[in-house]
Amino acid sequence: MNISTVRDDFPIIKNNNVVYFDNAATAQRPVQVLKAVEDFYITTNANPLRGLYAWSVGATDAYENARSRVARFINAADDAEVIFVRNTTEAINLAAYSYGMEKVNAGDEIVISVMEHHSNILPWQMVAKARGAVLKYIEPETDGTITADMIKEAVTDKCAILALGQVSNVLGAANPVKEAAHIAHEHGAMILVDGAQGLPHVKTDVRDMDCDFYAFSGHKLPGPMGIGVLYGKRALLEDMQPFMRGGEMIEYVKRDSATYAELPHKFEAGTVNAADAVGLAAAIDYIDAIGYEAMEAQENAVTAKILDGMRKLPHVHVYGPEDPKRHHGIVTFNIDGCHPHDIASVLDEENIAIRAGHHCAQPLMEYMQEKCAMEFRAAARASVAFYNTEEEAERFVSAVSKVRKWLGFGD
Amino acid sequence: MVLEIKDLYREIVNEHNLYPAHKGEMEKPDMILEGVNPSCGDDIYLQLKLDENGMVTDGMFNGSGCAISQASTDMMLDLIIGKDKDEALKLAEGFMSMVRSTATSEQIEALDEAAALESIAHMPARVKCATLGWKTMQKMLNGEGGKACTEKEE
Repeated sequence: MNISTVRDDFPIIKNNNVVYFDNAATAQRPVQVLKAVEDFYITTNANPLRGLYAWSVGATDAYENARSRVARFINAADDAEVIFVRNTTEAINLAAYSYGMEKVNAGDEIVISVMEHHSNILPWQMVAKARGAVLKYIEPETDGTITADMIKEAVTDKCAILALGQVSNVLGAANPVKEAAHIAHEHGAMILVDGAQGLPHVKTDVRDMDCDFYAFSGHKLPGPMGIGVLYGKRALLEDMQPFMRGGEMIEYVKRDSATYAELPHKFEAGTVNAADAVGLAAAIDYIDAIGYEAMEAQENAVTAKILDGMRKLPHVHVYGPEDPKRHHGIVTFNIDGCHPHDIASVLDEENIAIRAGHHCAQPLMEYMQEKCAMEFRAAARASVAFYNTEEEAERFVSAVSKVRKWLGFGD
Repeated sequence: MVLEIKDLYREIVNEHNLYPAHKGEMEKPDMILEGVNPSCGDDIYLQLKLDENGMVTDGMFNGSGCAISQASTDMMLDLIIGKDKDEALKLAEGFMSMVRSTATSEQIEALDEAAALESIAHMPARVKCATLGWKTMQKMLNGEGGKACTEKEE
């Protein structure tokens, strides 16, 4: 991978002198993705799946080809196992409403971790409350490590659903999801893996992992905003009720009843987001052409540079694993006496974009405040993508070293 | 005058954040109210003493938050101690208008040192930080109970 050619593919990166280190929130998109979306609208835009004239047939083909592309990318057995949704949040809600609300019974347990993003907590809180189930939390080690033994301890025969992130959006640590799937299945439980922070960094094979559901967003990949995927095993999806009801998801509708379309359309009510599905397929083509190995090498080099630099700075506390390779580009940190929002504001003036706050992971922030003696219930986070450079890492570390001075401290 | 963020910190915010004049716990306050900023985690307790004529005779705050929320609250207390309730509420109204870029020059002038936070209007992500103390004071002096929250419209 030639980093300068890659950077040239990203107009917003190429045209600005900004260190964009908020990739875990959303990635930037290469021209190839932007072009694919534009081409769809310029050459074949029509409402897909109705197909009575050429453009609509073209739109349907483009949309269904995008689905096949996703299926091949994550190695789904069948294109119909790929449901297009808006984002990871919608994907998990679909599973929670259509599976959880129907199949979880009183006294069952739903197991998640303290490290989950709110979108993998709140839907399960809802299911647990509505169905009289118990929501159980796995507590990671302070660096974000969850071991297979911790999962074994939490998952019993009472477990109906195990829902785990593939990679933590705060600590960067990956969970042993393949072992988790095995453990869940031994106890007759279903496993959902939240791949929002995983798929952008880790080559993922849903069949090898043997998860029942896998959720991810296009915009972190780097595909368009507004398109995401819920992968589900066919037998499970077939046995589930629709999530939303309306156009394009039916077979027959009568005044008092309806029958629903086959998979995957049963779960895709209303006009679909075909253009962004096409953009997502283009994003997959793009990262496939570069290859995960090359992306990881670049991300790890930049992450290592950030961690090395920050660990030498007084007053700076970096969270997550010791090994840069285990961070998946995510470096969460605090600086003594400095609120994360103040850190992000002064770095913004240096043209460095980072995230600060609770990272939609308030239970984890509370846990870290207690276990890692965090001063505020919040942290700053730099997150790296494959188009970031070691020079940017140096610029970032140098700016971080000045934050305390900018915020009025004498050292 | 619009200040860049680092200048804003250097010229006014850092001083009030690191060496606040009114931070701490007050003995026997007449009024106490919590103010929160959920998206930031800012959480303050505002405590005021009022005399029989409704004049603010003393005020303190404690809790934790970002430099802007802390400094803004400290400056607010500088300003309202010695003022009566109606004047304090009028100043709060002026401050709220200032961070929405709709204040008159008289309103801004009345805010004295707190007028330095005018630049916050250009930093939408930080407006809630700056208004936390003011909103808490408004809610308190208007005699509303509960908790002041910058993310709920009153």
